[in-house]
Amino acid sequence: MIFWPAAALAFGTTAVAITRANPVHALLWFVVSLIAMALVFFALGAAFAAALEVIVYAGAIVVLFLFVVMMLSLDRAASSREKIWMSRPVWIIPAIFVVLLGAGIAWAVFAQTHLPPMPGRAVPPAEVGLRLFSTDLAAVELASLLLLAGLVGAFHLGREPR
Amino acid sequence: MIPWTAPAALSLGLFLLGLLGLLARRSLVFVLMSIEIMLNAAGLLFIAAGMRWGSADGQIMFILVLNLAGAELALGLILLLRLRGRLTTLDGDSATLLRDAP
Amino acid sequence: MTGFLWLVPALPLLGASLLGLLGRRLPARLAATIGAGSVGLAALVTTAIAIGWLTHPPASETYIQPLWTWISLPGFTANFALYLDPVSLLMTLVITIIGFFIHLFSTEYMHGESGYSRYFAYLNLFVAAMLLLVLASDLLVMFVGWEGVGVCSYLLVGFWFETPENGGAAQKSFIVTRIADIAMLAGLLLLATSFGTLSIQPLLADATAAWPSGTFMPALAASLLLIGGLGKSAQIPLQTWLPDAMAGPTPVSALIHAATMVTAGVYLVVRTHTLFQLAPAVLDAIAIGAAATILVAAFAGLAQSDIKRILAYSTMGQIGYMFLALGVGAWSAAMFHLLSHAVFKALLFLSAGAISMRLHHEQNIFAMGGLRAELPVAFWAFLLGSLSLAAFPLIDCGFFSKEFLLAAVWHASPLLWAIGLFGAVLTAIYIFRAVFTVFFGDIVTETSGSYGPRIILPLAILGFGALTVGWLETPDFLGHFSILSGFLTPATGAAQHPAIPPLVPLAGIAAPFAGIAIAYALHANGFWRRQAAAPSLARRIMQSAFGFDAAYRALFVAPFLATVRALRHDPVDAAFVSLETLAIALHRRLRREQNGRLRRYAGWMMAGSLATLALLVFA
Repeated sequence: MIFWPAAALAFGTTAVAITRANPVHALLWFVVSLIAMALVFFALGAAFAAALEVIVYAGAIVVLFLFVVMMLSLDRAASSREKIWMSRPVWIIPAIFVVLLGAGIAWAVFAQTHLPPMPGRAVPPAEVGLRLFSTDLAAVELASLLLLAGLVGAFHLGREPR
Repeated sequence: MIPWTAPAALSLGLFLLGLLGLLARRSLVFVLMSIEIMLNAAGLLFIAAGMRWGSADGQIMFILVLNLAGAELALGLILLLRLRGRLTTLDGDSATLLRDAP
Repeated sequence: MTGFLWLVPALPLLGASLLGLLGRRLPARLAATIGAGSVGLAALVTTAIAIGWLTHPPASETYIQPLWTWISLPGFTANFALYLDPVSLLMTLVITIIGFFIHLFSTEYMHGESGYSRYFAYLNLFVAAMLLLVLASDLLVMFVGWEGVGVCSYLLVGFWFETPENGGAAQKSFIVTRIADIAMLAGLLLLATSFGTLSIQPLLADATAAWPSGTFMPALAASLLLIGGLGKSAQIPLQTWLPDAMAGPTPVSALIHAATMVTAGVYLVVRTHTLFQLAPAVLDAIAIGAAATILVAAFAGLAQSDIKRILAYSTMGQIGYMFLALGVGAWSAAMFHLLSHAVFKALLFLSAGAISMRLHHEQNIFAMGGLRAELPVAFWAFLLGSLSLAAFPLIDCGFFSKEFLLAAVWHASPLLWAIGLFGAVLTAIYIFRAVFTVFFGDIVTETSGSYGPRIILPLAILGFGALTVGWLETPDFLGHFSILSGFLTPATGAAQHPAIPPLVPLAGIAAPFAGIAIAYALHANGFWRRQAAAPSLARRIMQSAFGFDAAYRALFVAPFLATVRALRHDPVDAAFVSLETLAIALHRRLRREQNGRLRRYAGWMMAGSLATLALLVFA
């Protein structure tokens, strides 16, 4: 099975990513996590989603993130500052809280939900594509509008003040 | 196929990791990154659901989530840059101009 | 002639209106003329009516002059009408004639005072209200007059309101009588709702038919009316206002607090005596309370140094005698003593005023002395009044009225008679204490000024009255005249004249002699003056009239003021304000959470979602 190792990899690399002092390192770990996630998608039969994950998320979004972080030109002083900020006590309360939340959600979803078992189905990309161009056409148009809004906003906010 | 509960559990775990990162890290770069982790986890859940119900809706929602993540990240990064220009630091805790001044 | 009855209260009312509206622009002489003249004209009209009545009495010995219908509702009507019968005719004569002479005296006594016309306006208004009270045919109209005299008493006691103590005395008299009036109003409402009318004669007939004697309802109604009467007549337990009311001008004390207003309570009981006869327990209570008042007043009179306060306590005691007579059912005896007391008490007050006006308004008897030669007019007037008060045999009216009264009391209860006799001895002692201290011995303060005819004439007329009025009703061994009781019989029922053992009149004759002798002995001894300078505990207790004022202050006034102070900051409102304060405090605490820190916000959002989740899952 591809699923279980991929899942473990995704989880592990994400955990590592959030504990790095250097943002570039963290983002690179995140990329590995995303590729592992693509494998998970593939194992679930969602080939199209797997492809998109690699191309768009890992290939565009995180790359954009990396570009900007590079622009910040963080030096050694910055990363030592990060280390100070990341001291042990800082993690305690968020960790407790997160565990509580997780336990609650897990119990609510897994223990309380009683769905009849259904065999899963791998949905081929052809089907997804057909849906996108027929019934979910509006969603595509709205998504493009959203991207336009993001573009315009980023352009405007990025301008130097006169 | 794999029962839906497995990817759902993974999704929960990743979401919680993202939340942990959001709460624990001070630097705004990591805050944005944690948000991305959480969005990704949500997308995974959609895929798992689509697999279980055998519908294409799951992957379509995933596409929309991806879309959203992209737009949001773009704007977020620009704001990050502007903030750093104003405050000369990436410390989220020092951005307190929106506090209630008694 | 009786058709002109309405003029009697209307003339003083007109005088009061003219003086009230125009008084300040009128010259003093004109104001005096209007003031005294209106009452004088009313007195003339009354005298004419009285002569007509005596020569040709009307058929049922009553005369009703209806004026207008006041209230007309289903279930209750009240008519504004004047009711004349022997009792009210007697009262009207007393009020108008003595009132006129007191007005005349005032024109000289108050000469030069600021507020001269205001004084006569108030005094005229008082006379009008008092006349309305006695002439009312309906208890509701009587209540209008009742409240009217209360207001005028307040206005006149507080006449010199620039001095705060006078205002306080006026308030005290008004508030105490007001409390009594509330009880009286309750009684009136009880009667009105029981019988649908407060017109006196029909009401009494209905009550006699509906309520058996000795039951609860008549006792309740009678008690409530009685409380009103006790307050207005300054009897225990509502007597504390009268000594302080001496803060007003002396002629006011003469008219209001001696001859007329304080007798309103007596008049009320006589007027409604049929109702009281339905409640024997109430009559017994009246007699016992009266006996207590007589003793308290007599002891208090022994310890006063202010001449007007001595006279005030003596008024309290003498009205106690009238109530004692009422308590044993001797209505005519009470009315006779009322008449006699009105004459000699007015005489005493006016002569006290005459004395003090020649001594720069000094009122402490120990600052006076040896005035017998300096002020002969005042001396003889005061002496005659004192002899009347002490019931000295034969030469004064007080003797005859008190004899008649005590004889009636003897038959009801020898114990009460003994108390009355003891009170008479004490009365003689204290009034002659005043006589000896003021008029005998060495001169302490020099006199100045002189008397005009308007001072002397009223004193003379009242003196003449004191000498002669007594002969209207004499005991068996002195001619057995019963002119007065005969006159009053249609209204009060036949007066009883049963045989009395000789002890009773003999004791009555001996009492004043004993009192005068004791007073003289202690005067020659200097005892009175020593006690005044360094009072013993007994004297101080008596001077405060057994501490009623202090007791009332502690029981009622202090808790009331404490409650007022506690509520001053509106604690009920504070309960609501506390909500506001809580909201503001909460707001301030939550404001601190808006610190602009991203991570904090995120943390709280997640905490909220955890809570919501828990709620959804567990609820």
